[in-house]
Amino acid sequence: MRQVAIYGKGGIGKSTTTQNLTAGLAEMGKKIMIVGCDPKADSTRLVLGGLAQRTVLDTLREEGEDIDLDCIMKVGFAGIKGVESGGPEPGVGCAGRGIITSINLLEQLGAYTEDLDYVFYDVLGDVVCGGFAMPIREGKAREIYIVCSGEMMALYAANNISKGIMKYANTGGVRLGGLICNSRKVAGEAELVETVAKEIGTQMIHFVPRDNAVQRAEINKQTVIEYSPQEAQADEYRSLAQKIDGNDMFIIPKPLSQDRLEAILMEHGLMEA
Amino acid sequence: MNEREKLLDQYSGRVFKNRKDHIVQLEADGVPQEIAANSRSVPGLMINRGCCYAGCKGVVLGPLKDVVVLTHGPIGCGYYSWGTRRNKARSDSEGKSFIQYCFSTDLQEPDIVFGGEKKLKQAIQEIMEIFAPKCIMICSTCPVGLIGDDIHAVANWAKATYGIACVAYSCEGYKGVSQSAGHHIANNGLMKNIIGTSGAKRDKKFAVNMLGEYNIGGDGWEVERLLKLIGYEVVSIFTGDGSYEQIKNAHTANLNLVQCHRSINYIAEMMKKKYGIDWIKVNFIGIGETMRSLREMAVYFDDEGLRQRTEEVIAAELADIEETREAYRAKLHGHTAGIFVGGSRSHHYQNLLADFGIKTVIAGYEFAHRDDYEGREVLSGIKPDADSKNIEELTIEPDDQYYHLTLNKERFDALQQKIDIEKYEGMFRDMGNGTVTVDDFNHYETEKLIELFEPDIFYSGIKDKYMIQKSGTPSRQLHSYDYSGPYAGFRGAVNFARDTYMSIFTPAWKYLTPPWNTRPTLEGIIGGGENA
Repeated sequence: MRQVAIYGKGGIGKSTTTQNLTAGLAEMGKKIMIVGCDPKADSTRLVLGGLAQRTVLDTLREEGEDIDLDCIMKVGFAGIKGVESGGPEPGVGCAGRGIITSINLLEQLGAYTEDLDYVFYDVLGDVVCGGFAMPIREGKAREIYIVCSGEMMALYAANNISKGIMKYANTGGVRLGGLICNSRKVAGEAELVETVAKEIGTQMIHFVPRDNAVQRAEINKQTVIEYSPQEAQADEYRSLAQKIDGNDMFIIPKPLSQDRLEAILMEHGLMEA
Repeated sequence: MNEREKLLDQYSGRVFKNRKDHIVQLEADGVPQEIAANSRSVPGLMINRGCCYAGCKGVVLGPLKDVVVLTHGPIGCGYYSWGTRRNKARSDSEGKSFIQYCFSTDLQEPDIVFGGEKKLKQAIQEIMEIFAPKCIMICSTCPVGLIGDDIHAVANWAKATYGIACVAYSCEGYKGVSQSAGHHIANNGLMKNIIGTSGAKRDKKFAVNMLGEYNIGGDGWEVERLLKLIGYEVVSIFTGDGSYEQIKNAHTANLNLVQCHRSINYIAEMMKKKYGIDWIKVNFIGIGETMRSLREMAVYFDDEGLRQRTEEVIAAELADIEETREAYRAKLHGHTAGIFVGGSRSHHYQNLLADFGIKTVIAGYEFAHRDDYEGREVLSGIKPDADSKNIEELTIEPDDQYYHLTLNKERFDALQQKIDIEKYEGMFRDMGNGTVTVDDFNHYETEKLIELFEPDIFYSGIKDKYMIQKSGTPSRQLHSYDYSGPYAGFRGAVNFARDTYMSIFTPAWKYLTPPWNTRPTLEGIIGGGENA
């Protein structure tokens, strides 16, 4: 069973990418569980055909009630299992603690079964406290992919996240598997992301083009592979799925200094598109 | 209205709905009823419970004398659990005993904001430099759980860096509903990381572990003395005057003796599954109970020499206390008592009180579970709620190296008919007609029940001792023995009788008449005068 964590700047397309790529893996016959690690609880909407009704943390909220796995884990497109950690509303409580508690509870509830090929942890954008690193602690996710684009802030965030990964990579077994570029149609995007990836010590594992097919599928609460399997974009996700399935480049990242990152951005900004 | 109804009458609708299931008035002798237990307390009621950290660090881990127990958190938790419990210990030949110290990482605001792991590592470094213990145990407090410090990773780092045993416990105060969650977490940690790590093999015939004996006031020492006289070898004690060095070898015992069922039953069960070591529920509080326990142990081992020595020791001890015992019994006979303690004492002490002719009319636990009241048979019927599900339950497999059954199945089954092997019948079976039992008792219920039953003495803790005494009933602490003790065994029973006698027959508070009983406190004119 491979456990994979997906990190990246908020709004960059982690949940969308994760669900679309797991649709590809499921098509290949893999058994998958997606664990949403975001209090927004929207990491499984596209595979379940709508927002999850009950979250892991809901089992704690209701005092004395017996809630079992069936209430919170639903099976969606191509047999993909989806479960959401849940968490507090914006502005209250502690979402980080929520993630720690929910992942522990998931274990207790018996969610991790022998037959799973993949567990994907979709972690919210800003890794602001220890709790959000719960999925990459010892014994959980061993590989991480960072979703980014060619925009400066997305790359800055990716670099920042690498610092956090480095800490856990040094003490535990987690490794960076690659950057996934979720294109924003920035000039020279692919080369830019490839360069940054190389400097960090990793690879740009796939370049996902921007395509309205994604939005159309999303509005219909489905992944592209389910909604419009014949589209070119569906093939992009199939390709990403295959690359991840066959990936063997796992490294401890070497985050860049701010100056170096900006220098690279300048370089690529001046190049012809 | 019976007493229970009178008690509940005061409550508002919502509180009544909750509390009615936690209060039981037994109809006939020894017939158990169902009680609700181990659930969240009602906010606003003055209860006596402690938190999860208290159960883990304060109760189970704190007494281990050669272990540095490091509280990771702000200073308060460590400080207020420093030296507050009378779990006595003697330093061993090397002089290593840390129980008089308090170790804390003293987390301040910047540590909460930026993470506390660095400080935790630094604290461990300093501990190694100054004290060089063989084992460090890290206990989390509430804020540590929020900021996500990976204390388990730091424990692994300490193990790798210093070659010592280092175990981390995620026992944040808010977990569970009482100290009980902390006990469970501590049991899990000891089972996973310490028990059975010494590599030693079973080689003694009559080796036992004392589980759930915290040596308050020297109870454990008194029991150990008796056991040694008979010829038993005590391998380890969990955890009064206990040590990491001892506990490593716990798997080499032949029999586990469970004194405090609530706090240690988890380890007893797990050691049976992993090492095949049977357990019996003993009780060394009370003369009759001590005799029963010693005799059942002898029956278990089925050795003639052991049986003989058991009877010899019992006879000698009884002869020793005969005179004083009878003197106190004559004086105390016919009195009544109430007893509100933590999780097992309220049952155990009823037997001791009965030895001197005192009937217990009111009893209660702070944090017990249904099996402590009704007996272990109800365990399979208890549905775990969300708070319980949050506490880890370990899956144990028989150990391929050390699993070894002392008794074969036939002997075990035969023995089950004769003695309390892996059985605990619960407190209700020893309580009689009309007695009231309260789960998670609070201040009001304590006051009201004393008013209704008028016991001659009430046993509780520091939180309500003075409230009770001021209302005219003598009260003694059973958590700390009011700095007296030991109360275990034969000699301890007489100590207890002496202290009880002292309290009942010199009720100093009764010598005072409160001024409001003799003088008016208000002065006024009843309407009808000139101004009417």
